[in-house]
Amino acid sequence: MALPVAAVEGAPIDWEVPEQQVGLWSDAWQRFRRNRLAVLGLGIVIFLVGVALISPLLVHFGIIHDPIKQQVESIETPPGVNGHLFGTDILGRDTLSRLMLGSQVSLTVGLLVQGIIFPIGLAIGLTAGYFGGRIDNLLMRFTDIWYAFPDLLFVLVVVSVWSVNGPWFVQLIPIFGAIALVNWVGLARLVRGQVLSIKEKEYIEAARASGSSPLKLILKHMLPNSLGPIIVTLTFGIPNAIFLEAVLSFLGVGIRPPQPTWGQMVADGTEAIYANPTSVVFPAFAIGFTLLAFSFIGDGLRDALDPRMRR
Amino acid sequence: MQAAERAPARVAATDPVLVHIKGAYKHFPIGGFGGLAVRAVDGVDLEIRRGETLGLVGESGCGKSTLARLITALMPVTAGSIMFDGQDITRLRGGGMRRVRRKMQMIFQDPFASLDPRMTVGDILQEPLDNFHVGSVRERRQRVQELLRLVGLNPNFTNRYPHEFSGGQRQRIGIARALAVNPSFIVCDEAVSALDVSIAAQIINLLQDLQREFQLTYLFIAHDLAVVRHLSDRIAVMYLGKVVETADRNDIYDHPQHPYTKALLSSIPVPDPVVERDRAPITLKGEIPSPVNPPSGCRFHPRCPIARVPGVCSEVEPPLEPHGAQDQVAACHFAGQA
Amino acid sequence: MAQTLLEVEDLHTQFFTSRGVVRAVDGVSFHVDAGETLGVVGESGCGKTMTALSILRLLPDPGKIVSGRIMFRGNDVTKMTDEEIRDFRGNDVAMIFQDPMTSLNPVTKIGKQIEEAMTAHNRFTETLARGRVIELLKRVRVPAAESRVKDYPHQFSGGMRQRAMIAMGLSNEPSLLIADEPTTALDVTVQAQIIQLMKQLNRELGTAMMLITHNMALVASLCQRVVVMYAGRIVEEGPVDQIFKSPQHPYTWSLLRSVPRVDESRKDRLVSIKGLPPDLSHPPPGCKFHPRCPFVVDRCKVDPEPSLDEVALGQVARCWVLMRNVKQEDVEEAKKSALSKEAAEKLKASTAEVGGDAGG
Repeated sequence: MALPVAAVEGAPIDWEVPEQQVGLWSDAWQRFRRNRLAVLGLGIVIFLVGVALISPLLVHFGIIHDPIKQQVESIETPPGVNGHLFGTDILGRDTLSRLMLGSQVSLTVGLLVQGIIFPIGLAIGLTAGYFGGRIDNLLMRFTDIWYAFPDLLFVLVVVSVWSVNGPWFVQLIPIFGAIALVNWVGLARLVRGQVLSIKEKEYIEAARASGSSPLKLILKHMLPNSLGPIIVTLTFGIPNAIFLEAVLSFLGVGIRPPQPTWGQMVADGTEAIYANPTSVVFPAFAIGFTLLAFSFIGDGLRDALDPRMRR
Repeated sequence: MQAAERAPARVAATDPVLVHIKGAYKHFPIGGFGGLAVRAVDGVDLEIRRGETLGLVGESGCGKSTLARLITALMPVTAGSIMFDGQDITRLRGGGMRRVRRKMQMIFQDPFASLDPRMTVGDILQEPLDNFHVGSVRERRQRVQELLRLVGLNPNFTNRYPHEFSGGQRQRIGIARALAVNPSFIVCDEAVSALDVSIAAQIINLLQDLQREFQLTYLFIAHDLAVVRHLSDRIAVMYLGKVVETADRNDIYDHPQHPYTKALLSSIPVPDPVVERDRAPITLKGEIPSPVNPPSGCRFHPRCPIARVPGVCSEVEPPLEPHGAQDQVAACHFAGQA
Repeated sequence: MAQTLLEVEDLHTQFFTSRGVVRAVDGVSFHVDAGETLGVVGESGCGKTMTALSILRLLPDPGKIVSGRIMFRGNDVTKMTDEEIRDFRGNDVAMIFQDPMTSLNPVTKIGKQIEEAMTAHNRFTETLARGRVIELLKRVRVPAAESRVKDYPHQFSGGMRQRAMIAMGLSNEPSLLIADEPTTALDVTVQAQIIQLMKQLNRELGTAMMLITHNMALVASLCQRVVVMYAGRIVEEGPVDQIFKSPQHPYTWSLLRSVPRVDESRKDRLVSIKGLPPDLSHPPPGCKFHPRCPFVVDRCKVDPEPSLDEVALGQVARCWVLMRNVKQEDVEEAKKSALSKEAAEKLKASTAEVGGDAGG
């Protein structure tokens, strides 16, 4: 017995939907934009990337001093003298142009290390979290062992044992490797935790009931839903890597001269810290501001992507 | 026009059984020594007949949601068999499993947690169609729009995200998803308990209309006996991992055989102050014991108003046997004597 | 006539958000007599909880009482100093929340928490309070109260926690208890225990109660009078028998017929209210219920909102139409199917076409 058609046709349809029409990502961007410090941080980072990209050109066309050229006539000049806006160092090299070229190393380390960490951490975290049981146990004990190594010591050992000759970006390979090796652990743990909590969500069950394969569950549901915290962790990892690289350079086991790096500049400057404080101050500030800028971005991203902040 | 007149005719007791659960167990080990486990489902026998709505009631922790997940093969059983349309789904793998999965779908309790927040409504509804390779891509899109229209939502909302919808609208999306691959059996796990009263009524009506339209079989799980009675043809009552009584929805209300059923029914207030004034609820002692270490004998005996302790109730576990009306079974040594 | 304990007059509570002013409570007036149980019903977002929080001056942040008076035994709560309001909250009025776990401190023993509630208002000395804790727990029927005072909240089950909360609420012998969905989070049989307990306590102690709930059955079971709220306004008020027997506002009527009754065997269709409750920052013109009302007439959309007029002895309703003027056919119409037949046919056709390749 069916309902009379008249009672069914022209049925009321629930057309109304609250007006908000933005996706989750654009929603997050709106929130990020409202965070002034985060926007400032983003501005600084964009500026730095620009500097890193164009400084070789500026040197080529002679707009700024050659960072390697030792100008004997102007050793340890204070800022503003002889056309050296930020002064020169103990060997008479222009601080400004060295700072500008040094940003290449710092940014490359910061960003590329995260690029290495991301697939390792993701793969291990997803596998451990999704399959659980014995696989999880095995992988997590493995991560625990890695976690137990003191970061700096491990990096120092790797870098002093394994060094490569060549231009600066080739020399960076062992540094990348070493930093990535000690830093993927945090990400793997985070991803595993994310997957474990998402796995219990009803929408995962619903997707399984709809016949989705494990691979699809991971790629289409778990990954997009844990991307927020992953991005935040990676962003916070950038200043960490930059700092580690600076420490290595400071200790003299990082990039070898002539390529300038900020850590190296601080190390060189300390030799004459009383006579010429600016040669320490400027690179130290450069490191500080860069770390701060990335931390601001990280904070902003965390607030923007944190699901608890969603209404 | 009333469904009540139609209900008994549609489901005769001789109708073939669609889902047959035989001795199903699900234990969750809780680690440590001594092999302790949460005995969520602890020996359940149950039949769901083609075209009927079987209501499954019980309080939190009685194992009803776990049972739902066993039936829909979202969890493996610890022991026992679950026959769906003549096939034991606990033994199915791969392609066989996929074919069965398409026939049974689930509607979830929490309309906020059951839709992936990072997917658009269109993607959510299309996911089952993609998984089961239903039609061409164009046909899938069209079907998604029809599904939205069917549950009373604007078919142009496919590119919206779940968070833009209200609770009731999300639950409709959940229902549309369950219907996408044209299943014959749908498990509704507390599908209306998270909704406001007027919205719950919309969903209850929709579920009834859909059942009539698509000849669906429902397993309707809820803790609200009033809603269960309203929607179901037969009702099964669960307590601490076991089914304690099953009967026609009117028989179970008119003459419950198990003291737990009786107490459960009497504890529900009725929206009528005149009835309420004379109603004397049977208030049970205490609360549900832990499913890790259920009581000996009849599991209900520590709270039972008619149990003989010490005696048969605390020593012998009562089997599910016919008591009371035709088609009524109860697991109680003193069935009907409360 | 019993003495009036609480009198709320034209209360306006608003939330000042970035999206506009949300009129959560919009001109609400009602009273609670000493010893009576008043039910405040409505769906989530109707302003019932905000009314209660306004009375206790516990509104969450962008919320403010904009105007109106809340007279408790002749004193205006809205004008009280912070000192006075603290005194008022503990001694005169207590509130019980839906989820007892969030209102209990997880690291303090139950007994200690009840004790602190008593000594905080200087009504009881520490020694006196300690002795009363067990007595209170016994009063709310916590078994083995002597030993359970030393338990932490997580050792209590949901029902026991709610009992402990009630004990805490009663500890200073308030004359009004505000209970916000006190049983919603509990299981059916435990719910029945708590309802029973509240009835007994109301009889034994004569504490007046304001029960906030969406559950009409709970109101029928516990209350003497009912206030029905919709979109921040009272739409109907009256004695419980009257409201349940002949509700006059279509919203009250729909609310009553949208829940199935366990004692009814007929599989009748439920009345469902179409659409969603209005956005309280942009409420509809005219009667606020008119976009969802099944019995709407032109007047409801254009005329200013009707006033709360007496429709029977002690019963007031805010409606131009009133249920007694609605024809039976229209009532049946309100229950009709909402399924799109056309979509259903298309879906069936398309599964017949495409179902074969994957189904086999």
